[in-house]
Amino acid sequence: MRSGLDRLPAWGRWMIYATIGVAVLTVVQGFDDTERLTAVTSSQAMLRWAVPIMLAGLGGLFSERAGVINIGLEGMLILGTWFGAWGAINYGGWWGLAIGVLGGALGGLVHAIATVSFGVDHIISGVAINVTAPGVTRFLSSEILADYDGGSITQSPRTPGVGRFTFPFLAGGDLFGWDTPDILGWFTRRDWFFVSDFTGLARGLMTQLSLTTMIAFALVPVCAWLIWRTRIGLRIRICGEHPVSGESQGINIYLYKYLAVIISGGLAGLGGAFMASPELSGIYLEGQTQGRGFIGLAALIFGNWRPAGIMAGALLFSYPFGVGLRDLDGSASHSLLLVNTIALAAVFVWALTKGRRVDAGLAAGLGLGAAVWYFTSSTVPDWWISILPFVIVLVVLVFFSQRLRMPRADGLPYRKGET
Amino acid sequence: MTASLTRRVVLASAAPLMALVIAVVLSSIVLLVSGSNPLEAYVDMIGHASKLETQVDILNRATPLYLSGVAAAIGFRMNLFNIGVEGQYLLAFLVAAHLGAQVELPAVLHVTFIMVVAMAVGGAFSGAAGVLKVTRGVNEVISTIMLNAVAISGLAAWLIVEWQAGGEISATGGRVGTQPIAASGLLSDINGLVETFTREITQGKKLTGVLLIAIAVGVLYNVGLNRTVFGFDLRASGANPFASHAGGVSPKRMVVTAMTLSGMVAGLVGMTELMNTGFYPSNPIAGLGFAGIAVALLGRNHPVGVALAALIFSFLDVSSGILQISGAASREIVVIMGGVIILTAVIAYEVMRRIREREEATAAAEAMAIDTGAAR
Repeated sequence: MRSGLDRLPAWGRWMIYATIGVAVLTVVQGFDDTERLTAVTSSQAMLRWAVPIMLAGLGGLFSERAGVINIGLEGMLILGTWFGAWGAINYGGWWGLAIGVLGGALGGLVHAIATVSFGVDHIISGVAINVTAPGVTRFLSSEILADYDGGSITQSPRTPGVGRFTFPFLAGGDLFGWDTPDILGWFTRRDWFFVSDFTGLARGLMTQLSLTTMIAFALVPVCAWLIWRTRIGLRIRICGEHPVSGESQGINIYLYKYLAVIISGGLAGLGGAFMASPELSGIYLEGQTQGRGFIGLAALIFGNWRPAGIMAGALLFSYPFGVGLRDLDGSASHSLLLVNTIALAAVFVWALTKGRRVDAGLAAGLGLGAAVWYFTSSTVPDWWISILPFVIVLVVLVFFSQRLRMPRADGLPYRKGET
Repeated sequence: MTASLTRRVVLASAAPLMALVIAVVLSSIVLLVSGSNPLEAYVDMIGHASKLETQVDILNRATPLYLSGVAAAIGFRMNLFNIGVEGQYLLAFLVAAHLGAQVELPAVLHVTFIMVVAMAVGGAFSGAAGVLKVTRGVNEVISTIMLNAVAISGLAAWLIVEWQAGGEISATGGRVGTQPIAASGLLSDINGLVETFTREITQGKKLTGVLLIAIAVGVLYNVGLNRTVFGFDLRASGANPFASHAGGVSPKRMVVTAMTLSGMVAGLVGMTELMNTGFYPSNPIAGLGFAGIAVALLGRNHPVGVALAALIFSFLDVSSGILQISGAASREIVVIMGGVIILTAVIAYEVMRRIREREEATAAAEAMAIDTGAAR
């Protein structure tokens, strides 16, 4: 049986979830007397930090829809940061992005050769790439970046970026030199409960956006269209669902697997180039990815191998980071504990209605833990913020593993002519 | 009989040798392109490694790599990917260092206590991933990746501040690591053992006593896996969980046990550093967990193979130090070499496996043909 919510298209459902989320944040904010949860700076930081995670997740989407597990995303992200920075320094911001894509795609190509042509276990190949990529970038840095002015073996000089954009009318951006009215800003300044919080968030998301950020978010519907509505997408998906029947239709499975894994690396590489661009770091720095490729993988699973879900996951996972960035005393992060409690309470109610006693018990236990922590402390340490995305993924997997559906032939070896 | 044995050895070693050759060729090309003389670099490295003191360094480095490799291998034998060795050993290192500094015990007991704590922490953390897998259906690859972050950026980052020597240190004071363990809790070096065969070890180099523990772990791993019922169950359950379930082996129990054992060995990885310095520093040697996965892959999960792989990687690591001094090449070349070895080795193993399968199929077909021919 499909409930009313399930009948909505994905974007509609996620809009409703987002609205509920903002409503919860507003209530918590009012309760806790802070403004950082829905502050413009928080939402902007969330948006920017979501990009590498989302691009890695989208990369994973292509690869895994074609049946190749890609835990090498982290390594491809690292390649993207180095090549992105190198390209941007030598040829300018846009070339940096393009060369970053190529760098990541190179990692994807290696993964494809190992897994598709030689049938190496996907996890093993991915681990090998994750181990090798930092070595490659370190070697390249010692050979190239170390000779640059302001560069060293672990970091590059500052990188140039690309332009920015503010939405006209909605957020008061420029339109051919005309200063358009700032509609959302007007609402935000009224200070109405919930409405102003909501518009404040929305305005933050539309102001001074980097063009790269816009491209990244535009890639979500593009990828969705490519995967679900085109011939190439259909063929990529057959590789991940039932390659043998694809083969019987005359589809060159190897070709599409290669294509998907290379695209996968390219998207992760773009994410890496974005990290090295001034939107985030403005520099290549060894170890700067900090496991974001893995968080992207988590977003992929959280999003149930669907583009809109990946975007939602990436935003969700970067939100605590966005809040924590300016939250030096840890008070706003502390409010997040209350949000966690509310979320777990929702899971508790959901589990009860489905008659899952164990799940309900677990949710109640975890929720009580979060609540006790919230009420017995006034701040949380900064490490909590940095692991919150990983904890969210673990909790989501603990409760919803059975409801997720990965591509059927994901991770299975495929040899032409063998069933 | 001997012919088939030689053949087996040749087939088994062909792939890693091939990988080494390809890695050397590729690295030489990279070195040539970057304007260095590869031959000079290799001569420097091998010359450096032929010194006794360097060999001590190599063994010291290979010890944790070997333990980490065995930890990963235990999982692999059961078709489990314990990607979380990294987090498990760092957390175990920290907790063992802290608790070890809190107690006063006679020498042997003290060391044993520290080791047991480390194994318990590693085992518990890894076992948790096993429990999540069998009770909630969470894939262990994902859960161990997530638990890595929880262990390193979360628990370890928190506890190191709580447990700093001299209480909480101000922001300007910097991090100093945990309190040092009393001398009774440290394993002495085994220089004497080596010096009975060689000349005296100079330059203040100390061969770690954990090497003996690593060897013991390797022996236990081999005997436990190949000579006990439990080891058979483990391998059987990994190869075909349904069939072995029908044979009375609970796959769930085996998953949790294998993950726990893997984590227990992982807990020992940090002991080489702890037994040497006596405390958990603010920047412990990291990356051994991921390197261990590579070592286990190259060594094909075989106790001796993993040891050889650990030696190769630590040779690359240690002997490359000379490149910085001699200036023959950038020392980072060895990181690329290591990566290429791994990638080519896994590909070569796969190719070899396929060749062997095809040969077996041909042999079986021939045998069948002879059989039916004789019956006619």
